[in-house]
Amino acid sequence: MKEQIVIKVTDREGVVHELEAPTDMGMNVMEVCKSYELPVEGTCGGMALCASCHCYINSDHELQEASEDEEDMLDQAFFVEDNSRLGCQIRITEAIEGLEVTLAPVSE
Amino acid sequence: MLKTDIIIIGAGPVGMFTVFEAGLLKLRCHLIDALPQVGGQLTEIYPKKPIYDIPGYPSILAGDLIKNLEEQIAPFKPTYTLGERVETIERTEEKMFTVQTNRGSVIQAPVIAIAGGLGCFEPRKPPLSNLSQFEDKGVDYIVRDPEKYRDKRIVIAGGGDSALDWTIFLSEVASEVSLIHRRSSFRGALDSVDKVMELAQQGKVNLITEAQVAELHGTDRLEHVGVKLKSKDIKLIDADYFIPLFGLSPKLGPIANWGLNINKNAIEVDTFDYSTNVVGIYAIGDINTYPGKLKLILSGFHEGTLMVQSAFKYIYPDQKLSFKYTTVVGVNGFKE
Repeated sequence: MKEQIVIKVTDREGVVHELEAPTDMGMNVMEVCKSYELPVEGTCGGMALCASCHCYINSDHELQEASEDEEDMLDQAFFVEDNSRLGCQIRITEAIEGLEVTLAPVSE
Repeated sequence: MLKTDIIIIGAGPVGMFTVFEAGLLKLRCHLIDALPQVGGQLTEIYPKKPIYDIPGYPSILAGDLIKNLEEQIAPFKPTYTLGERVETIERTEEKMFTVQTNRGSVIQAPVIAIAGGLGCFEPRKPPLSNLSQFEDKGVDYIVRDPEKYRDKRIVIAGGGDSALDWTIFLSEVASEVSLIHRRSSFRGALDSVDKVMELAQQGKVNLITEAQVAELHGTDRLEHVGVKLKSKDIKLIDADYFIPLFGLSPKLGPIANWGLNINKNAIEVDTFDYSTNVVGIYAIGDINTYPGKLKLILSGFHEGTLMVQSAFKYIYPDQKLSFKYTTVVGVNGFKE
């Protein structure tokens, strides 16, 4: 099993960051972004309860479908598109090696 | 006007536990919170979620932790101002602050502890360029008085319980109610969802799903709401009021105006006693920052505990403070 994968995160200024993430720590995309100090709040701590890690998936990786909780939270987010997800609900596993995501805009 | 020893701004777990630690030193506390109930994000955002990192509890529901804290601090007779947001802090005497809320409550104390967590919970505002232009001129984020909407045309946006409940309620009051929602399914309580569907079939509610409000129009006040449909077409709806109901999210708010050193939306403190750059004002819990800060409830409990020791010495510089273990004498609450 691969112990490290790389994901590509485009921040709100359009800068692409290649982030290394361990697959053996039960991490998610929100936590990886935070550990690299990208501007992701992760207010609720990863419970799909705040939408501050809202992002768009740009690559065609097969991800686990969004749960009802995640969809419910996206209902309260803005700038939601068909490829919208909450970063905290995407687990770091070998299957998402090379995942490309863009951070969604934040509203005032 | 109320006077106390410590004004705690923020009635989340950290602010609440600080009442206990202050009480052991015979200091009285008054808690102020913008939310109408105690518990902060634990009761507002995730009351039913288990927390796993409270020492001594392998797992405890957030709501239960708050109930336990209420019981634990009750002997120290804390007083509360809930549903009000602190707007201003003024030093009115050398060792006295006067705090005023948005509803005009005034409280005085020599010490202030800001336990504001992530800030004040405020309604999420949809990103519409001219939204603020229509605030109080047709855009309301909270329904305070339903009678205001009698015989008016209302557009509600959102898919949660409050959007559904107000749609149902206002369908009896308003002349026309439209509900706009991003998806075709709803997350609200099942019977409210069924009721809204029924009202839609009866033509009492104009239900538009897989759509979002995209535009607001009007000259002096709101006249039309533009809804972007799945087809990307914009449908204009005549409206007297637009009520976006997208839940609450925390904002730093007035805290930024109190002359405190702020770093990335958090208040800088000295880890010796969690004091801020303003003598007499402390910051504890998620709202503060220092090298190595972790936003954990247990860290906030520790911070509040050390903070009240410093507050005691500040209020009573000539009195000797002797630390008492509760294991020896138990908890001696206040008689009144």
